[in-house]
Amino acid sequence: MSNAVISVAELKKSFKEQEVLKGVDFEVRRGEVFALLGSNGAGKTTVVNILSTLMKPDEGKASICDFDVQHQPEQVRHNISLTGQFAALDGLLTGRENLMMIAKLRGVANPGQVADNLLAKFSLSNAANRRADRYSGGMKRRLDIALSLIGKPAVIFLDEPTTGLDPEARMEVWKTIKKLAGGGATILLTTQYLEEAEQLADRIAILHGGKIIATGTLTELKEMFPPAKVEYIEKQPTLEEIFLAIIGKGEDVNEQ
Amino acid sequence: MNSNTGVLLWRLMRNIMRSPDTIITVAVTPIMLLLLFVYVFGGAIKTGSDNYVNYLLPGIMLIAIASGVAYTSLRLFTDVRSGLMARFLTMPIKRSSVLWAHVLTSVVSNAFTVVVVILAALFMGFRSGANILDWLMVAGILGLFTLALTWLAVIPGLTAGSMEGATAFSYPLIFLPFISSAFVPTETMPGIVRVFAENQPVTSIVNAIRALLFEGSVGNDIWTALAWCAGIMVVAYFFANKEFKRQLG
Ligand SMILES: Nc1ncnc2c1ncn2[C@@H]1O[C@H](COP(=O)(O)OP(=O)(O)O)[C@@H](O)[C@H]1O
Ligand SMILES: [Mg+2]
Repeated sequence: MSNAVISVAELKKSFKEQEVLKGVDFEVRRGEVFALLGSNGAGKTTVVNILSTLMKPDEGKASICDFDVQHQPEQVRHNISLTGQFAALDGLLTGRENLMMIAKLRGVANPGQVADNLLAKFSLSNAANRRADRYSGGMKRRLDIALSLIGKPAVIFLDEPTTGLDPEARMEVWKTIKKLAGGGATILLTTQYLEEAEQLADRIAILHGGKIIATGTLTELKEMFPPAKVEYIEKQPTLEEIFLAIIGKGEDVNEQ
Repeated sequence: MNSNTGVLLWRLMRNIMRSPDTIITVAVTPIMLLLLFVYVFGGAIKTGSDNYVNYLLPGIMLIAIASGVAYTSLRLFTDVRSGLMARFLTMPIKRSSVLWAHVLTSVVSNAFTVVVVILAALFMGFRSGANILDWLMVAGILGLFTLALTWLAVIPGLTAGSMEGATAFSYPLIFLPFISSAFVPTETMPGIVRVFAENQPVTSIVNAIRALLFEGSVGNDIWTALAWCAGIMVVAYFFANKEFKRQLG
């Protein structure tokens, strides 16, 4: 048995005529933070939707903790939690009530205690009894991530956790995610920001043109794609340069 | 009802308490209609009944429910848009409990609205000699009518592309009672309109409620009324669930 917690093979999905995923393959190991990096419209949310049992693939196989996403969705749902692209809160409930609600739905013992612990952990104790729709963007996102931790799921999906946030709120959320890493859960993060992947992920996969065109640690990616540049000082390529180099390459391949 | 439906019902009821406009708005329009018809048009309308409030109330209750179910579409639409729906559907809970929570919320909040409308009618002179059993049957018909329209409301709630789109379906529903026996006897209507009025669901439901409240009998229309409600409910339930499953594919 491999130690892959998430494994995805030859995943395909089209919407009407539009082929969004053309055979996506990757594996995520236990306990790591894995970033799926791709530009807007690359199909990141589609991958997350399929893995979190919201959508069925046209072809291919995906499993989470050795449960097949299509055929054992019930078991998969016991092992995951989804933090979608938009903070999924009940704006009319307070932060604490939101946490209590999810804790009760997940059937955890002592929902009140769980809620208070998470509020403290995410620096939301002062806002616990305020309505969630009065929270700032960063606070909403933190509450959203806190909601996903209830019941200690083995796998956490974070779909573009900082899109639409201002730089300050982005830093807050990064801190939150860094705290999660090492907590035992496996995290699949999607992002269109290179810096975010660089900051948070143990390994990165680049989704482009419906396929994963590169996977590896930042160092590995750097070795794979040295930028074609003559420079007098030794300089490490940034992930941005790597990304652009790969995408340029990908497009050349497509054109041929 | 499983405990998850209970938690979700609690959540939606709390939402309603915190946005009281959803109950007040729903009760205000029917009460305004009641006032308008009783004190403005009432004198000119001949229904053959000496108490026009009595005559109007059954139809007005249906209008209240028809406008109330639009909030179910709205709440569902909001859940889909906000991503809460996706969160619930990726949790290990029964998926049907998510829709049932919305449907039960509609039944509870519409019951509340109807009670407010009845209280307003009492102030305006509504009187009934119905016994407790008659009232229970009226409640049963109204409950079934609410369930039927709520399942209908679930469909645009899941599919609509905008807030307006989610609620637009309710306008024709609110209008239906006007072309029925709710305000004037159908005998006064011209040919084709009369045929429509006498064969659409509202007329039989209004007539059945009238019979229970004021004649102490179940009347002749009760079976037609129940058949309409049950029929609409079954068809709407089927399509709502089909749409729910389709969106997950
Ligand atoms: N439910 C859907 N119906 C039709 N097209 C969709 C649907 N979901 C996504 N798409 C299309 O698939 C492509 C990839 O979308 P998405 O997975 O959301 O990309 P990303 O999350 O990487 O921005 C986009 O062009 C989008 O318009
Ligand atoms: Mg996306």
